[in-house]
Amino acid sequence: MTTARAAAILLAKELRLEFRARELLNATVIFSLTVIVLFSYAFDPTAEESRHYGPGLLWIAFLFAASLMLHPSFAREQSNGALDALRMAPVSSFALLLGKMLANFIFLAVTEAILLPVFAVLYHVSLLGVLGPLILVFVLGTAGLTIVGTVFSAISAHARMRELLLPLLLFPILAPLLVAAVEATASLLADPPALDWAWTAFLVGFDVIFLTAAWLLCDFLIEE
Amino acid sequence: MSAHGATLAPGVASLGICFEGVAKRFGPLTALREISLEIGAGEFVALLGPNGAGKTTLLRIAALLMNPSSGNLRFTVATGAAQQDLPLEQAKPLLGMVAHNSLLYDELTASENLTFFAQLYGLEDVRARVLAALETCGLGARAQGIVRAFSRGMRQRLTIARALLHGPRLLLLDEPAAGLDHQGLAWLAVTLARLRDGGCTILMSTHARNESLELATRAVSLAGGRIAHDTGLRGDVRPLLAALQGAEA
Repeated sequence: MTTARAAAILLAKELRLEFRARELLNATVIFSLTVIVLFSYAFDPTAEESRHYGPGLLWIAFLFAASLMLHPSFAREQSNGALDALRMAPVSSFALLLGKMLANFIFLAVTEAILLPVFAVLYHVSLLGVLGPLILVFVLGTAGLTIVGTVFSAISAHARMRELLLPLLLFPILAPLLVAAVEATASLLADPPALDWAWTAFLVGFDVIFLTAAWLLCDFLIEE
Repeated sequence: MSAHGATLAPGVASLGICFEGVAKRFGPLTALREISLEIGAGEFVALLGPNGAGKTTLLRIAALLMNPSSGNLRFTVATGAAQQDLPLEQAKPLLGMVAHNSLLYDELTASENLTFFAQLYGLEDVRARVLAALETCGLGARAQGIVRAFSRGMRQRLTIARALLHGPRLLLLDEPAAGLDHQGLAWLAVTLARLRDGGCTILMSTHARNESLELATRAVSLAGGRIAHDTGLRGDVRPLLAALQGAEA
């Protein structure tokens, strides 16, 4: 079976599980909305202030939402030992990781899609003119978050204090990605808006490097 | 497909397994010590021993879920009168396992669980196979039931059906009778008898007597991570089983 086909089967299972349980999306959407709304009321930013601080706030909300979502991602496979059944199946370890990455990407993207209009309204920022490039930056940033996050979720799944371990492993590695995503988003919210190609290229490079690393190391990551 | 929902993988008639000096250590704890055991294709081996004897560890190594700390694991296929080694990656799809855990997703239905694994194994005619497997294990009427709501026995039936779905040629069973009622035990015994007669190699661990144990053609007992006794292929398994019964009493 091809990696793509196996990953698609796993993705379908993840979506079905989430549709049934609604564990991940509920938690991430409510958490992110709470952060955005609370900051909006606490600081009541003007449009000018939002252009400066909004991108950082948005990506911090995405980061914490991702860390909330990523922990149960592999833990779910371990509750009944289902990961063992997956490891015994004749599919590549990378297919297992890829299926999880795609599912996590979709869940985080849905969270972002819900969050973005709320952010635009509460922070007095118009996004319509830059929606295309903004989606590009969000896709690249979210891909980086989920690629690295899924890998570390797999690593920490076997650890005893995994709830604590995952953020400890994740945040330092993701720091360069977050800087790039914040800078690229800030350039799109600036007056006049412009896509910062250097930071966008950095995001592409980050995604490619970590996806390649995941592909090379997948057997060790899924191993017990 | 057989009447009991367990199909045989095409191409390979039977799969044997050979442990060569296999040891497994977890930090300071040694779970297995220099296990050397050759199980020929088509054998039904009862793996006996008390809790902590190393049965589960041995089965997990056989299932390629765990690497031994030292030693080697080989799979063999019978080609006429001769035997030849089968690479681990080629043996992997021919393995089936019933573990302590159900290896199922609680939030999916019985049918969805089996369909998912059938697709992962690239089986054809998935819907028909899943329905047949569910009927065979007595869960046909609960095909759309969420597994979370199943009783222990129903979960175990589904677990066994999942392990047999792709027609494994080497079946690894870790206490498969756990949670089954009398009907379930009878179904398990009939299913295993059919698989054994069809040439499937079976390695079944247990520390309790059950009907399926009577089907064994060989018994191996473990104690403290070592092989304490092996009846061999032509040995009489009854004394070991009787000793097990005595231990229970």
